[in-house]
Amino acid sequence: MIEWALAIAQTLLFVTAAPLLAGWIKCCRCHLQNRAAPMVWQPYRDLARLFGKNVVVADTTSWLFRLAPYVVFGAAVLAASVVPLIATHLPTNAIADVIVLVGFFALARFVQALAALDAGTAFGGMGASREMTVASLAEPAMLLVVFTFSVTANTTNLSTAIDHILASGLVLRPSFIFIAVALLMVAVAETGRVPVDNPATHLELTMLHEAMILEYGGRHLALVEWAGQIKLMLYGVLFIDLFVPWGIASQLSWAAAGTGLVAVAAKLALLGLVLAVSETLVAKMRLFRVPGYLGFAFLLGLLGMLSHVILEVG
Amino acid sequence: MTLALLAPLLAMASALAGALAPRDAPAGRLLVFALLGLSGLASIAAGVLALAGDGSLYARLPLGLPWLEWHLRLDGLSGFFLALIGAVLVPVSLFGPGYTRAFAHGPSHPAVLHLFTGLFVAGMQLVVLADDAFVFMVAWEIMSLASYFLVAFEHQHAANRRAAFLYLLMAQVGALAILLGFGVLSGLSGAFSFDAMRASYQGTGWANVAFALALAGFGMKAGLMPMHAWLPEAHPAAPSHISALMSGVMLKIAVYGFVRFAFDLLSQPHWGWGVATLIIGSVSALLGVLYALMQHDLKRLLAYHSVENIGIIFIGLGLSLLFGASGAPSLAALGLVAALYHTLNHALFKTLLFFGAGAILHSTHERDMEHMGGLIHRMPTTALCFLIGCISISALPPFNGFVSEWLTFQAFLQVSFLESGALRAMLPFAAAMLALTGALAAACFVKVFGVVFLGLPRSRHVRHAREVDAGMRAGQILLAASCLVFGVLPTFVIDAIAPVTRALLGGELANATASGWLWLTPVSPQVASYSAPLVLAGIALAGLAISITRHHQRRIHPVRRSPPWDCGFGALGARMQYTATAFAMPIRRIFQPVWHVREATVRNAAQAAGDNERAVTVRHTLHIDDRAWDLFYEPFARGIQWTARQAARLQTGRIRTYLAHSFITLLVLLWVVT
Repeated sequence: MIEWALAIAQTLLFVTAAPLLAGWIKCCRCHLQNRAAPMVWQPYRDLARLFGKNVVVADTTSWLFRLAPYVVFGAAVLAASVVPLIATHLPTNAIADVIVLVGFFALARFVQALAALDAGTAFGGMGASREMTVASLAEPAMLLVVFTFSVTANTTNLSTAIDHILASGLVLRPSFIFIAVALLMVAVAETGRVPVDNPATHLELTMLHEAMILEYGGRHLALVEWAGQIKLMLYGVLFIDLFVPWGIASQLSWAAAGTGLVAVAAKLALLGLVLAVSETLVAKMRLFRVPGYLGFAFLLGLLGMLSHVILEVG
Repeated sequence: MTLALLAPLLAMASALAGALAPRDAPAGRLLVFALLGLSGLASIAAGVLALAGDGSLYARLPLGLPWLEWHLRLDGLSGFFLALIGAVLVPVSLFGPGYTRAFAHGPSHPAVLHLFTGLFVAGMQLVVLADDAFVFMVAWEIMSLASYFLVAFEHQHAANRRAAFLYLLMAQVGALAILLGFGVLSGLSGAFSFDAMRASYQGTGWANVAFALALAGFGMKAGLMPMHAWLPEAHPAAPSHISALMSGVMLKIAVYGFVRFAFDLLSQPHWGWGVATLIIGSVSALLGVLYALMQHDLKRLLAYHSVENIGIIFIGLGLSLLFGASGAPSLAALGLVAALYHTLNHALFKTLLFFGAGAILHSTHERDMEHMGGLIHRMPTTALCFLIGCISISALPPFNGFVSEWLTFQAFLQVSFLESGALRAMLPFAAAMLALTGALAAACFVKVFGVVFLGLPRSRHVRHAREVDAGMRAGQILLAASCLVFGVLPTFVIDAIAPVTRALLGGELANATASGWLWLTPVSPQVASYSAPLVLAGIALAGLAISITRHHQRRIHPVRRSPPWDCGFGALGARMQYTATAFAMPIRRIFQPVWHVREATVRNAAQAAGDNERAVTVRHTLHIDDRAWDLFYEPFARGIQWTARQAARLQTGRIRTYLAHSFITLLVLLWVVT
């Protein structure tokens, strides 16, 4: 019972910390670009402001449009409950493995794209079409990463995979280098960051994700934004869990949990800094360059798989 | 067994009632579909009992040739497919009466439709019960021929006649391959019965020939690429409840035939068969979804998705053959369970989607998606059920399509048990293709649901559409509910399939349900686990929490309705929306070489004198053709024509040449005889 309570507490921590990560990235990026940076907790203020507003809904929409933000947010929370943040072997980890996690993301995306088409505007269609195109190219690359990983660890459960990495210690695996880069590239595409998409723009020709949620306002927009922040953090934590899990609590004690919290916070902060640097250095690419980018990620995944088969088996 | 025999008898009774019923008698129509529904219930009952009984029941009927009785047998595999037929037949019997009402005053007599529907169903039920090659082929042909007449039902349209002829042609070529495959086996065993074939030993060479014939024959019926050409033509031509039966059940009968042949009758699987099946399955899955993305005829699109899903089923079967040949029966069981589960799931959600397409066709007379839109407001129940079908076929949790694809992925991940390094490197690539297929299917169904049901209506018929009657809605609701149930409670289904894998492979998923009904752990709890009930519980919990806060929030911050954002340019029209073609355009551009795209922009400069600016009309045409026609069918047809022309050289029209031919033939024969 205590384990379930801990699992729920960890999920709550995940959900409430997600805007902080987004704020940290934005803060770093502004500093790097010589702009006046907002406070780290600015996303919380934005969310509070949006929750406090009245909701305006387009009169052409159906119930689907109003249900979608809740489904998107719910899927993000469900995904957050599955990924180990501070401690492994919590009971919620077994509900879903990495493939189901990818399925949760796909569900959220599916509903979001439908909601975008609901209002019957050109922007919605444009956003939905582009988002689904990018996602359908990103998903095979993502799953190839997952496959390479799970063939190595012989599991798709995250907790068991972390155990495997911790048990085998610091080993240089060429396949992991390839798939780590591939995962980062996919994560950038899936969370709508530069160079695939730019969350800060509302220019017609370049919008992907923002075009989909253009019709939302008030608490609906708040939920969608929050879900986006959770998704960003999910990819970050997933990267940490798979490749640098050291520090995560394997048994239940206050000291272990404290170490786990500090470790994951430090690693996320570092990862956020890396993302901010790369967003500062790289420009957004044209939509039809994205297939090449994701194809490269897929190729890296494949190389990871091949180098696993050739170099590491036996 | 009597229950199992009752099912085809009831279907035949339905055929008889349909043939005799007057043209527009509602009571006759109800009787026809009531009998079909009872036949479906009998199939479900017989199938479930056969699965629970874990043995086989035999029967002999004194039919057919005097020295060759009909052997029938009901084992776990037959039971599974019999239950699957029933699971589709019951919703069809609910949906049918409302849908066929429109044919009462049509140009074709509905008695034809009802007669052949009954025969078609009876044929399918007999195929799965057959226990010798003779009955199998007879039932197979009843099924093929009856469905030919159903495809040709609305024969006043030339396109339907062409589709039906293509279907008949390919069905017969396929049947020929199956017949030859059985011929190989009965030649080796000296008997027609499946028991004798099973007992006989086939050498590698003959087993390979038989397998290739079976893959070609059953693959043609199932619609594997590149033998799929009849499928996108025949499915749109048939009435919608028939499309549902054809896509939902008939393709599955082909899967049954393949499983019976490759897993049961052939003695020892070879790893090469697994690889061949896997490659054909992957290609079908990926190309099927890519072609589906480019369609804007709703039923044609669904037909291409059948190609995709049959591909996914054959991926599972291929993995199972591969693991089976490598001596890992429990992993082979995983592949087979994934394939069979997907077979069941596809039957459910594809029937549901064809019902949706049928309901739209019924109330708007429209099949082209580019003329639809906004139907969620006019047909709310159909929309909700269709949405569930879309989510299921896109393999999203917690619905049923996800479970079977997840199982297929788990089967893929057990590659480390294979010895061959080349296979170990190839399989993940195939798995990534499957992932691409799944993601593209999701994109395709966002397109379908978004363009058909959401946004603004694009034509007058659609703007005034009406929701269909209670029976048609009930059929859809039943299927939508079963999509959810089979998605949330997979452990029960897998337990039920266990006898099939035990009988065919001698292995089973021992650990799949070991941790209780909540947890699905196909290999072991450490390797992978998925708890669909808890996912659903999580969603329900979230929904509850949201509805409580929502109630509170709606009081403080009410929802205001206003026109959508139009950039300040004025009213938005239905023609400003993204169309189905526009939605798929980025994907078309990325995967360009896959299709044969003919795109042209014609500027028509016929302009009125003195009015230079306005009178130029620009016409854009876009045709997307199936490359399979260019690559396989047309060369084949040209080859046949060439051969015929060569043979026609004999026909000179001069009597003395013919006499010379006869004389030479006589001489040769005399020489042979002596």
